[in-house]
Amino acid sequence: MKDVKTPSKLEKILAAGHPAVTSECGPPRGSDPEVIVKKAELIKDYVDSVNITDNQTSVTRMCSLAACIRLKLLGLDPVLQMVTRDRNRIALQSDILGAASFDIHNMLCLSGDHQSFGDCAQGQNVHDLDSMQLLQTVRLMRDEGKFLGGGDIERPPKIFVGAAANPFADPFEIRIPRLAKKIAAGAEFIQTQCIYNLDKFEEWMKLARDRGLHEKVYILAGMTPMKSAGMARYMKKRVPGMDVPDEVVKRLADTPKEKQAEVGIDICVESIQRLKECEGVAGFHVMAIEWEEKVPEIVERAGLYPRPEL
Amino acid sequence: MIVADKKPIEEIIEEIKGRTKILILGCNECVTVCEAGGKKEVGVLASALRMYFLKDGLDVKIDEKTLERQCDHEYLEEIRDMVDAYDAVVSLACGVGVQFMAEKYHSIPVYPGVNTCFLGAAEDRGLWTERCQACGQCILARTGGICPVSRCAKRILNGPCGGSTGGKCEISNETDCAWQLIIDRLNALGRLEDYETLSPIKDWSTDRAGGPRKVVREDVQS
Repeated sequence: MKDVKTPSKLEKILAAGHPAVTSECGPPRGSDPEVIVKKAELIKDYVDSVNITDNQTSVTRMCSLAACIRLKLLGLDPVLQMVTRDRNRIALQSDILGAASFDIHNMLCLSGDHQSFGDCAQGQNVHDLDSMQLLQTVRLMRDEGKFLGGGDIERPPKIFVGAAANPFADPFEIRIPRLAKKIAAGAEFIQTQCIYNLDKFEEWMKLARDRGLHEKVYILAGMTPMKSAGMARYMKKRVPGMDVPDEVVKRLADTPKEKQAEVGIDICVESIQRLKECEGVAGFHVMAIEWEEKVPEIVERAGLYPRPEL
Repeated sequence: MIVADKKPIEEIIEEIKGRTKILILGCNECVTVCEAGGKKEVGVLASALRMYFLKDGLDVKIDEKTLERQCDHEYLEEIRDMVDAYDAVVSLACGVGVQFMAEKYHSIPVYPGVNTCFLGAAEDRGLWTERCQACGQCILARTGGICPVSRCAKRILNGPCGGSTGGKCEISNETDCAWQLIIDRLNALGRLEDYETLSPIKDWSTDRAGGPRKVVREDVQS
């Protein structure tokens, strides 16, 4: 077992060499805590940790930190997603301490979608730091016990820190240098963009292995089941940085409508089974968007259930 | 240069409603080059306003004048003797010129006739694009001469973000991804390995965040 630096359950599972399973819950467009609790109840026995998205697609929602606290109160291991779009370095550091005060032990550092996609297109964006500088900030606070301003932190946060990677985004020639850069900035785990183009992902993993990056960071492969051929077409055409091969769209489109969701789950399960054999894949991040009830089936059919006890 | 764009004439009419002696004041610098507030645009706006008021049967005197610069005391002095004859000035200078005019001539209301947009260049005939946000601490040496502060929609110093597709930004397929440009440029310069150097957290105190900025040059003052 590798050394662990935080009490994070996710870190312990990965360090023990088990393929980790994470999932995500999007907070509601309202203040009802039951929404997040219900989503968490559906998946909690099938995953090790649960990401809470931070105003994803720039649509205003319940804050990630509050939703993470809800999960923590249920005894789960939340992953606090934080984007640099909405907060300056004061607010980011402050929220990190707030999370640490509730013993939230995981964070995913992101830049966030541009606000023009959301419900406040006329708003300012902040980007005082970028996602790599946020990684550096968390590591500084944890490892050195220091604020960016140089002051000492009483009871520094113990946070296992991660970043996103998109193996498919352009330009392809810097995909691996960019991963290396995130590791250099302090990333300890990576959750990738949704993978549909398995060949291209495996090529990316090979390039990562060639530089030994898979030994420096835990890479969790991102998986999102398609609900329909329409969703596949939308993801292919409209979602920036998404690579959906034609054969995936075709397989869904050739399926009768009422069976498409089932085939979407099949594709997801088959992808996990194939990537379990890919050296350097340390686990799976199953993002069943507004379809959390399918996570148990996917995890079970992919042979990732039961989850290891620590 | 400072790039500006014409304000809709309806907005200008709304601003000057009720005034009867109006000076349209152009500027011969940046706004002339970007064809928003030079002598030609002063003439076009003045004619349009005259026609509008004539149509409404209103007796409004509209005069035209274009100064060499409106961001300079020396040139603004040129209108000292004539400005009292007006009850409003519509300045087609950038926001700097409008304010300098207002600071100098306290008793005459001055209205902006253009929207000041950005620091940019004439990329093509009729196309001006942003190149600088005057952050006060130039980092172009590190980024192959292409500025992520002004040209990345997220001002990301260690880009690109995950939204870069086919060389374009996630906000629009008509907007180049600044980081694609930076990477292409580093590649062309044989410096792609520089990409892996982490760009440090930026001191934004020299940017807007630090409050109104000034440059003081004692060597020039003496």
